[in-house]
Amino acid sequence: MDYAAVVLLEVCYMIAFLALISAGLAIVFGMMRVINLAHGEFVMLGGYATIAASKAGINIYFAMLVIAPVVVGVIGLVVERLIVRFLYGRIIDTMLATWGLSLLLIGLVTLIFGNTAVSVPAPIPGYQVGRYQMGGYNLFVIAIAILLMLGMWLVLRYTRVGLVARGAMQGADVVAALGHNPKTIYMLTFTAGAALSGLAGGVMAPLTGLLPSVGGAYIAKAFITVITGGAAVIAGTLSTSALFGTVNQLVSFASTPVIGEIAMLALALVLLRLMPQGVTGRLFRNST
Amino acid sequence: MSEPVLETHDLSVRFGGVLAVNTVSFTLRERELRCLIGPNGAGKSTFFKSITGQIRGAQSNGRVVIRGQDVTGWSTHRIVRLGIGVKTQVPSVLSGLTVEENLWLAARRALGREGVEAAVDAVVSELELGAIARRQVSELAHGQRQLAEIGIVLAGKPWLVLLDEPAAGITTAETERLVAIIRRINRSATLIVVDHDMHFVRMLDSHITVFHQGAILLEGRADHVLTDRSVREVYLGSRAR
Amino acid sequence: MSPNFGVGRIRWNWFAAFSALLAALPLVSETHTPTLLAIWALFALSLGLMWGYAGILSFGHAAYFGLGAYTYAIASFNIEESTVPLLLAIVVPALVAAVIGALMFYGRISDVYLGVMTLVVTLILNRFMNATAGDAYRIGNARLGGFNGIPAFPVLNVPGDPSNQIYGTSYYYLVIICLLGAYLIARAILANAFGRVLVGIRENDLRMELNGYNVPAYKTAIFAISAAMAGLAGCLFANWAEIVTPGVFSLGQTAEVLIWVIVGGLGTLIGPMLGAVALGALKVALGYQTTVDNSLVLGIILILMVLLIPRGFAQAFVAARQHFAQSQAQRRRARTHRRRLSLQEADR
Repeated sequence: MDYAAVVLLEVCYMIAFLALISAGLAIVFGMMRVINLAHGEFVMLGGYATIAASKAGINIYFAMLVIAPVVVGVIGLVVERLIVRFLYGRIIDTMLATWGLSLLLIGLVTLIFGNTAVSVPAPIPGYQVGRYQMGGYNLFVIAIAILLMLGMWLVLRYTRVGLVARGAMQGADVVAALGHNPKTIYMLTFTAGAALSGLAGGVMAPLTGLLPSVGGAYIAKAFITVITGGAAVIAGTLSTSALFGTVNQLVSFASTPVIGEIAMLALALVLLRLMPQGVTGRLFRNST
Repeated sequence: MSEPVLETHDLSVRFGGVLAVNTVSFTLRERELRCLIGPNGAGKSTFFKSITGQIRGAQSNGRVVIRGQDVTGWSTHRIVRLGIGVKTQVPSVLSGLTVEENLWLAARRALGREGVEAAVDAVVSELELGAIARRQVSELAHGQRQLAEIGIVLAGKPWLVLLDEPAAGITTAETERLVAIIRRINRSATLIVVDHDMHFVRMLDSHITVFHQGAILLEGRADHVLTDRSVREVYLGSRAR
Repeated sequence: MSPNFGVGRIRWNWFAAFSALLAALPLVSETHTPTLLAIWALFALSLGLMWGYAGILSFGHAAYFGLGAYTYAIASFNIEESTVPLLLAIVVPALVAAVIGALMFYGRISDVYLGVMTLVVTLILNRFMNATAGDAYRIGNARLGGFNGIPAFPVLNVPGDPSNQIYGTSYYYLVIICLLGAYLIARAILANAFGRVLVGIRENDLRMELNGYNVPAYKTAIFAISAAMAGLAGCLFANWAEIVTPGVFSLGQTAEVLIWVIVGGLGTLIGPMLGAVALGALKVALGYQTTVDNSLVLGIILILMVLLIPRGFAQAFVAARQHFAQSQAQRRRARTHRRRLSLQEADR
């Protein structure tokens, strides 16, 4: 019984993890069809911002929930103004430029923080489930992920901003017809996506030792989650996060973490093959 | 009465909740020139797509038979190899290549290495494409591109030609030229033409099949069909007289 | 005269001159780095052929590079003489690519989704190989070695003579021969009807289907050919490095080759090769010092390049070539015209 609870918690955690690291990319890809290959580095920067702020004495929750998204959001804004905005519609060029950006960011962070891992302890102590010791912080991550998804859904569905954003998903002319400048919307969207990535990085920071190179692990998983998710930002990200998280953890428990990860990747292949428009291109067609 | 070259038996195509083609049984005979008309959404293009194998599997029901061969469920390239040339509603051409290169590829598959160049030259002179032969298709004006696509369709010397909206967006002079070209093609090949341009359809003066809501409403000679009351109602609404 | 589909006749005098230059290189420089650059050029060529001409963008081409490297290493431990391992290193990636390619292309997968699927395959290989430490993971005599990889396998030898191994300058020549050979094969493919069909498929899948071409079959074929070349490059890399590690399947490796192709010029054969050599040389040069971080420099270069060359590097390249070809054609027409005039003169 305890074992079942542990497995369930681990599955929920994995789903939350995937949803968190994918949210920023989902917004940017889902709404603007922009492939931001520096997404992993935005997450990484959120982590570093949190750790740096925490080490400077700032409360860690404030660091990860406020400072990280703001810092990375600003960086995202700068990136959009200086680079991305000239490349809308040019998918290959965007990929190339954002890949260059990712290299640049890795290089900068290595220069500033060095190549050794930095970390910060998890602020929530562990707890017991029967015979098993669980990390308490994982529950916090799950909670944040739920709040984030809920918040995004509410904003997209019920606010004016969300309406304009959904219009932008259909096309720039829809946005213009609503009386807004598409360029401004794209700028704000990219910034929001960056901020979300920063938030994810901040939240994840206490869980791993942070290196300039961690972005690589994040981008691959996020990319796969978002693309298999399909056009709908929230339903897509949630469904694939749920699927992948479940498969990854269940298989990991049954064998090894590596096999678990491979199982998740293999599932991604199968999904892409069977549902070429992504999960929400086939099922859940009219969701957000 | 000549042999049927194309038959569909209770052909239906369903997209989710919509029945785009509704149990259509259609017959086309050797060397016929047939026009398919009907308001937007009547299922004409979907019908075209399903006879060329572009819509298969769970979405479609019924049979398609071409010159006695049951081609239901065949892939597009297999069906087309029976000798069919297709012009799609949204022009599908190789835009980054020249007209000549487009024709070359179309002719090469059907006629092999030996016959390609002669076939390309034949189409170029037949449709008077000489001036634009070396130009990139993406640089052509709309009417020229339509003409080039017809050339591509003809390059492989098909015996059955399907044209989906060949008169879309072209001038009156180009339309008359198109009618002449179609008549010339019809001397040796069977044709189905889908279009909305009634002036064009009238000029063709052929047998017409009218589609409405996925099914065949009426079939018959042009003068009969175009004055029929139910056809006018379908196009103009029931209050029209 | 049949149209040339943007692929001109190979200029043999340039080819010969360039080959001679490459052959003479050992006289003026060491060959260790140039060998590596040539291997990378071959890898880039394989992707450039498939992507530039057939329009198939693979985010995971490193999979076949890696498979070639690992296949050679594993086979060389199990087979005395190196010719069969070399052939296996070409054939195995091609077969794997044929299977995966068929699965994707017959399923009508394309664009970004194709890219992601190919990326996932590479990631799977990477994760798998990383986890194969320990004696349990072995194929015949070869232990897979996990993230440490497979070291010290027998390198390529002169065919038929296992004790006569190929090193140093001789190895450089072997690699150059492979590179030039692959280039000629690529050119032959493009000049052939097969290559022209690929170009047509790149332009418009549907139209080529309507022309009667079995599009998935063509795509699978070029995917396999490209994988074979990448596998050869991988095998040559293994012999150069004298070790294979899961890094050959890494995200970094697969991204690098994409960047070489784009920077060099998508849509040409020479472009990707030059891109690989230029950026590869830069990477090697930067690797020797620590003041300026490698990633930082490469990142800045990439960003500046994309922003300052407005229509993309490839377009500029191809446009320049077209301009060159047009002026060639003009010169030819002028020559013919002059000849005609002089004939008329003679007739009088």
